[in-house]
Amino acid sequence: MKNKYSIFSLIKNAFSYHENWQRAWRDPEPKKEYDAVIIGGGGHGLATAFYLAKKHNMTNIAVVEKGWIGGGNTGRNTTIIRSNYLWDASAGLYDHALKIWESLSQELNYNVMFSQRGVMNLAHNLQDVRDLKRRTHANRLNGIDAVWLNTEEVKKFCPIINTSPNIRYPVLGGTLQRRAGTARHDAVAWGYARGADAMGVDIIQNCEVKGIKRSGNCVEGIETTKGFIKTKKIGVVAAGHSSVIANMVDLKLPLESKPLQALVSEPVKPIIDTVVMSNAVHAYVSQSDKGELVIGAGTDAYISYTQRGSHDVVEGTLKAILELYPIFSRMKMLRQWGGIVDICPDASPIISKTHIKGLYFNCGWGTGGFKATPGSGDLFAHTIANDEPHKLNADFNINRFVSGDLVDEHGAAAVAH
Amino acid sequence: MFLINCPYCGERDQSEFSAGGEAHIIRPKQPTEMSDDQWAEYLFMRKNIKGIQFERWNHSHGCRKWFNMVRDTSNDKIHAVYKMGEKPPV
Repeated sequence: MKNKYSIFSLIKNAFSYHENWQRAWRDPEPKKEYDAVIIGGGGHGLATAFYLAKKHNMTNIAVVEKGWIGGGNTGRNTTIIRSNYLWDASAGLYDHALKIWESLSQELNYNVMFSQRGVMNLAHNLQDVRDLKRRTHANRLNGIDAVWLNTEEVKKFCPIINTSPNIRYPVLGGTLQRRAGTARHDAVAWGYARGADAMGVDIIQNCEVKGIKRSGNCVEGIETTKGFIKTKKIGVVAAGHSSVIANMVDLKLPLESKPLQALVSEPVKPIIDTVVMSNAVHAYVSQSDKGELVIGAGTDAYISYTQRGSHDVVEGTLKAILELYPIFSRMKMLRQWGGIVDICPDASPIISKTHIKGLYFNCGWGTGGFKATPGSGDLFAHTIANDEPHKLNADFNINRFVSGDLVDEHGAAAVAH
Repeated sequence: MFLINCPYCGERDQSEFSAGGEAHIIRPKQPTEMSDDQWAEYLFMRKNIKGIQFERWNHSHGCRKWFNMVRDTSNDKIHAVYKMGEKPPV
């Protein structure tokens, strides 16, 4: 890498008042033809390009992004990373990602601020207790660290939680994955972009895909706002807009796109040093390194591409937060936003070939795609390069909706989607 | 979040309603003769349109009746509301 980041480069640049840092990636015009084009410059798309170049020697490739990189859901999520999923297929997929997270900053030479501060999932009723205990056992059988905490242990682990039995959402216990945590979402996009760019990948921003050209059953290229780009392989990683791309080739996907909201508070001193998720009431809290509380809410129950979300959803989440954490009652919220998430009927993603040769989809991550970013990119790159899925994403093909072999993580995952 | 003009109750807050997804998907007349592909198409595959979409809604916290709606999913603007069984507007 041309400009390797290190303590020495930091000191060297300090002497020139940090005015001589080189740009982290180029801003090229698209070439006429590439070996592969990735549609969507979010974390998953950039990671796909990075691993295509690094592991499969495909460096004559491009990532096209209609806005700016990391400006979609990569920059809009609550940055929670965990792998405590119920089913074997999901456990394999998400733990693959978690293992890459553990050395990602070194791999990218870019600090993604991965912090294994633990993720705790609360149980509020008897069914929650049964489900979460079952999941704990399933996790351990799959080699994923998970422990069950009773109410006193929850209180000890996170003292600001109100564990009174008389509240509307009493805490009956919880699960804890200590290897889980958070990362800086923007740094993930920037780190992958810089890494991919250094290997020759063209990252083309402000370039919207308008159509996909086919000849027979093969793809020939994409029509964009910057002209036609010829390619034989197209990887679509467009998150909430996956169906928009699919509709260009009359391909129907089992997706519905809905706004998912999050909000951050004013910054305060360190008060919560872990991530607490409450599945039943859709309230997730962690604290960023800047001191803001990062709060995740639920999705709106209708299809929308508005990147807003409804007030009543936020209100429901904050009601639950205030009851569980009375200490936050006078906190002010700074910002609120929505991202468009593409949800599969079984709440599991699709990383798959399609019946059109050379067209691949990586979508359906729903409300929980950020945690999978490195694993998703790695497996999708494998699928595109070899025209065959890796064994870890073989179960996440589109045909499972025909065969009925669904990976049903609705409610079975640590979070109710 | 928006207001919906229920054809039975008039204008109410969206939070009183439940979305029922894409409208005018025809229930199979001969379910026993359908292939797995056709079942997948009927059960799971959706257009998920960004733009003008025909969809079903239920006034679940009101009259509990189903009806159809034409809504632009890119800005949540409602263009038409019509009862079940009525012809969709052009």
